Amino acid sequence: MSEDYVLELEHIRKEYPGVVALKDVTLQLRRGEILGLIGENGAGKSTLIKCCTGAVVPTSGKIRVNGKEFDRMTPQLAAENGVAVIYQEFNNVGELSAAENLFLGRPIRKGMIIDRAAMEKRAAEAFEQLHIKINPKELVKNLSVGYQQMIEIAKAIEQNAQVLIMDEPSAPLTSNEVESMFKVVELLRKKGVSIIYISHRLEEIFRLSDRIEVIRDGEYVTTLITPKATVDELITLMVGREMTQKYPPRKNCIDKNKVVLELDHVCGNGDIDMSLKLHAGEVLGLGGLVGAGRTELAEVIFGSKPMESGRMILNGKEIHPKSPREAIDLGIALVPEDRKRHGALLTNSIKNNISMPIYERISKLSVISSKTERDTAEKYRKEIQIKCPTINQLVKNLSGGNQQKVILAKWLAADCELIIFDEPTRGIDVGAKYEIYKLINTLVESGRSVLMISSEMEELMGMSDRIIVLAENRMTGELQKEEFNSDKIMAYASGITDAVKESA
Amino acid sequence: MLNSNFLKQNAIWLVFIAEIIIFAIASDGTFVTGRNIINISRQVSYYGIASIGMTFVILIADIDLSIGSIITLVNVVCAFLMVSYGVNMWVAVFISLAMATGIGLINAVMVAAVGIPALIATFASQTVFEGVAYLISGGRPIAGFDSNFGIFGRWAAFDLIPICAILMVLCFAAGSFILNKTYFGRYFYAIGGNEEAAELSGIRVNRVKYLIYALSGFFAGLAGIVLLSRANSAQSTVGKGLEFDVITCVVLGGVSVYGGVGTMSGVVAGVLIIGSLTNGMILMDVSEYTQMVVKGLVLAVAVGIDCMSKKRQPK
Repeated sequence: MSEDYVLELEHIRKEYPGVVALKDVTLQLRRGEILGLIGENGAGKSTLIKCCTGAVVPTSGKIRVNGKEFDRMTPQLAAENGVAVIYQEFNNVGELSAAENLFLGRPIRKGMIIDRAAMEKRAAEAFEQLHIKINPKELVKNLSVGYQQMIEIAKAIEQNAQVLIMDEPSAPLTSNEVESMFKVVELLRKKGVSIIYISHRLEEIFRLSDRIEVIRDGEYVTTLITPKATVDELITLMVGREMTQKYPPRKNCIDKNKVVLELDHVCGNGDIDMSLKLHAGEVLGLGGLVGAGRTELAEVIFGSKPMESGRMILNGKEIHPKSPREAIDLGIALVPEDRKRHGALLTNSIKNNISMPIYERISKLSVISSKTERDTAEKYRKEIQIKCPTINQLVKNLSGGNQQKVILAKWLAADCELIIFDEPTRGIDVGAKYEIYKLINTLVESGRSVLMISSEMEELMGMSDRIIVLAENRMTGELQKEEFNSDKIMAYASGITDAVKESA
Repeated sequence: MLNSNFLKQNAIWLVFIAEIIIFAIASDGTFVTGRNIINISRQVSYYGIASIGMTFVILIADIDLSIGSIITLVNVVCAFLMVSYGVNMWVAVFISLAMATGIGLINAVMVAAVGIPALIATFASQTVFEGVAYLISGGRPIAGFDSNFGIFGRWAAFDLIPICAILMVLCFAAGSFILNKTYFGRYFYAIGGNEEAAELSGIRVNRVKYLIYALSGFFAGLAGIVLLSRANSAQSTVGKGLEFDVITCVVLGGVSVYGGVGTMSGVVAGVLIIGSLTNGMILMDVSEYTQMVVKGLVLAVAVGIDCMSKKRQPK
């Protein structure tokens, strides 16, 4: 009966000291199907994949590949049995050509000498098979992210992968690249490759998959036939409760008379030149395409990049923050886009992360008041519901949503009044997103102000009170809540301003 | 994660105990006599003291190669002040320590303000200050200090416990206090973990680096004073290569060369292991060159273990 399945995982359990990452997960992958695997962050998807490739050894459970049973995999066994993973980060070497990357670690040789011509020929064939247009001689560093991913896929196929596991493959790609990736994935299915496709973007799952498996809190929930499933149903299954609203309602708390932040031709950090006003209790959305200068603006306000000219006025007083420290002391906070690199101190505890900006305030003669330190962490752990066994847990062991909460807790502890969110829910699953939105609401309802950069149109319109759209480092349009319209925002984001329209 | 760290920390003490047993047997008991233990405490005191500053430096994933030449220069300058200018011994010590701290600050300027990688910056200052020490001393030993100067390296409390060992214990206590009780300690770990995120959390990373390098210079200077007192004569080669022993102690003590991980107690164990290793090898008449081979291997193994454990961590 195992004939039908290329890969079977039975009752996989994985315990770490103090945490059970996987309680009991079962998965069956049919030959030549695309199985969508969904679940909230921290549901155990990554751990499950790692069990398949041997990066993680399950505490108990069985793995069957083509009917052969294993208690555990090793990277070698996985490769021999045709199980390959396309991770979010690629294993390409930028300084080598596409062909060389394709045969990385097992080059075609003539005796001692690498046979470049043969590799390039084989590579050309491999790319051709997948209908990818890559010059085998091109250096990988010159290729776009999409093509680099294609090389990874081609590499897996070259190595006779029968099971391809794709972890958030669309995350780093532009929308055109996503389209080409879909085509390749569908082509692979036709060729009989079985694919496990993991994504937060449900529309992709619907578009590609034959069946969808849902896991929650390390447990198998159910498997659905894709055409019979609905988005609402999937969300409910993932979070384990009905999600009636995507964006929680909030009271109107904008104080139009109180301008918290005013920018008057603030220039610097590349070529930005921005003027805007942010009121107390307001969520001001910053829309635009990636690279429009939104993050750059945030960095200038937060003092991590210098302001070259212009005026920044906070609560009526002109300010000029020259470092994040100065900005924080003025009550400005930044929740950065790249949580792991810029936001959380992953190798530090939750407690230390939360108190990091206020250590000097809670210390006497540089000695920390450990009681205040602990109480602060406990307070925010409860208040914003950071899910963790203890506050001494390292932040790297938390899910993305909880890491984001730790970062927010740090700014609340520092008493920041103006909080800049740069892509607040990037890489965060549906349930945790809702919690983050609720937190943003709480912030403004308590009189704070939020500047929110978002590339997700729906989030931008769902959460903002007002939207300013940027293109090429300048403001191209402003929309009040009642004027919100995605076409209009897209037009502004593409640099089509009202002035241009009128003159046209 | 916590568990494996706990094991790691205890493993190092087990190594220490095993080492003592081996040397005790191999030396027919000489190694564990009270006299020899006092000897060891005296021998480890100066690099024990120097290892505290180095711990801070390695915690932020930098390195300080200049401390050997700081030790030399402190020897030469302190001796020169006392002998050639008849400066009061306490004043000479104070000036020497201030100078050592100043050299640390110069390192910090190069690393933090200019942005030279620590390895190169401190290597440059190592060369410079070694040269300066030669220029001052002319390569000749300087001797003839106030007899009270013996307090730093030769005297013992109650004719038993060397003052320098007590000084080392006090320094370790201070180091441990800085790491665990003050916000600077939190900053060191934060910067070592992720410098960019630390800056964005409101830490003035450059200022902290000034402090760290100044402390590294200061503790090296103090080690230099202890060494000068022990030898009772300043040699312009005395500190050469000492940074190597100190780095070995720190890394062996579990401070990760990647930064962000390590404890003071681990470093104490590292210092004791290297100290008794050196002493044991001397007792057993192992040649100096063989000692070099052994210590080099110990460093490679210690860093190797660190790197392996880093590799094994899932991304």
